[in-house]
Amino acid sequence: MAPSTTPAPAASVFARSLDFRASLSRNRWNSFFSVLAGLFAVIAVIPLVLVLGYVLFMGGSLISARLLTELPPAPGLDGGGIGNAILGTIVVTLIASLIAIPVGVGGGIYLAEYSRSGWFAQFVRFGTNVLAGVPSIICGVFIYGLIVSTRVFFGQSYSAMAGGIALAVLMLPTVIKTTDEALKLVPQELRWGAIGIGASRFVTITRITLPAAFTPIATGVVLGIARAAGETAPLIFTALFSPFWPEGVFNPIATMSVLIFNFAIMPYEAQNALAWAASFVLVVMILGANLFARWVGRFTRA
Amino acid sequence: MAASESTDLFVLRRRPPQEKLVDQGFRQLAVLLASLVGLVLLGILLVVLFGSREAMARFGLGFLVISDWDPVGDTYGAFTAIYGTIVTSILALFIAVPLGVGTAIFITENLIPLRLRQLLGIMVELLAAIPSVVLGLWAIFVMEPFIRPGLELLHQTLGWMPFFSTVPQGPGMAPAILILVVMVLPIITAIARDSLQQVPPELRQAAYGVGTTRWGAILQVILPAAVSGITGGVMLALGRAMGETMAVTMIIGNSNNFSLSLLAPGNTISSMLANQFGEADGFQVSALMYAAFVLMVLTLIVNVLAQWIVRRLSLKYS
Repeated sequence: MAPSTTPAPAASVFARSLDFRASLSRNRWNSFFSVLAGLFAVIAVIPLVLVLGYVLFMGGSLISARLLTELPPAPGLDGGGIGNAILGTIVVTLIASLIAIPVGVGGGIYLAEYSRSGWFAQFVRFGTNVLAGVPSIICGVFIYGLIVSTRVFFGQSYSAMAGGIALAVLMLPTVIKTTDEALKLVPQELRWGAIGIGASRFVTITRITLPAAFTPIATGVVLGIARAAGETAPLIFTALFSPFWPEGVFNPIATMSVLIFNFAIMPYEAQNALAWAASFVLVVMILGANLFARWVGRFTRA
Repeated sequence: MAASESTDLFVLRRRPPQEKLVDQGFRQLAVLLASLVGLVLLGILLVVLFGSREAMARFGLGFLVISDWDPVGDTYGAFTAIYGTIVTSILALFIAVPLGVGTAIFITENLIPLRLRQLLGIMVELLAAIPSVVLGLWAIFVMEPFIRPGLELLHQTLGWMPFFSTVPQGPGMAPAILILVVMVLPIITAIARDSLQQVPPELRQAAYGVGTTRWGAILQVILPAAVSGITGGVMLALGRAMGETMAVTMIIGNSNNFSLSLLAPGNTISSMLANQFGEADGFQVSALMYAAFVLMVLTLIVNVLAQWIVRRLSLKYS
């Protein structure tokens, strides 16, 4: 047969050692790419370490009870604090949550419970993705055109309410997606069981599926709120800024993110320091919420 | 007789009308809330279009190619901002895509212990949680002074090229590009990691079985299999980079004078909006709304394309 006529090449193939040889060019390339990928990963986390380091160091060293409770000083003056901005961020984020959570959870319930694949559900899902991609500054422009310039709220132009609605538009896609995906993970048997013993659709959803999906929904909502709390672009010309304590929801209001923006570009060191302090408070709040949501999320996967 | 006894056991209960009403009402409410998404999208489009109608009527498409932005003379052209938006986001992606995909590969391969890889993954995700305005603050006071010597060196050695022809003086396009890299890196890494993890392990085993190395398998088998998700992620990152506002506004210098040089101050549509919208009145608002419309169309195209690519090229292994 053929093998006997070609013994020489076969012998040379098997004479070669099967041991790993690092000097082969393909093995060299292999190590080179591994080191390169490792290097890229290190480069990718350097900004986080540096930003966190600076914010915690520059901002953390300024934190005091006075700073957290006082009003910001007039431009050029020292002292003061960011108390009104902390309160303002809480107020605006609360308004946004009160609007976006019911609307988003309702929309998510429709997508997951009533119409998983109908044309309208497809359209809503597509719209949700598109809305998630709309730049945050456009949300600000939208609310400016819809609410601020038309003065629909008692003749007030810039207001905490307008800022909260702008943030709600931003949060809405996150809440809808989270609810939709969380409800889809609930086993179908639970729904059949509830309907089987005579529960109505409404009771099934509110008493069985929503509680079963509560943890993932809450995790997603907390992440959405954390993201909204740090947003600046939709607030600059909706909530504006105020050097005073909040005067109700229909007046301009200070927020930490806008304070950082305004004070960072001022040529005064006292204001720059307050911007670092506000960054510290904001970053601690947001990272805290993120880590908390991650920790809660671990229980659902188990 | 037996039949009537068994029907007594299962008394048929008619649903009371109020229960049906609640059921129907709840369904209608859910439909209403779901349709709000469409309404909001429509509202955004209408508000921006309505606000920009005067500028559209006066400038037409010339708005896109004129670089003259003059609030005093009341003539507006958004070319500088459109150029800045496209150039900063595309150059940022040129840097961020290799970094992000490389990081994603490193996290999904078993080169280092799982715990360390999970830690790396969490760190990259936390980077996405840092507010843009905080990154801007850091860019102004830490990053820009730090990289300025490097940019000056770039100007001295490559100054004959129009892209590096100006002396770096603080804020400019180059620092804005770098901060955009930081902002889109987590998106690209997260999506690339998801796509790589979805590649079936059999493909890798088969590649190893025919005798390739780890990187032979990654570059020739796994990456091509995951390319749809990665491309979709890159497009999403492009949309995010084009719409990114705060960090860019704080570091780009906000100059409406057109310059090819990356070391000179420039502008993007979103930073122009952030800077001027609050103080604008009259015709300038309309011109800004027109610019916002252009930004919206740009991001809309990119995002719809991203969704289309993901659906069109999605993995067909399962």
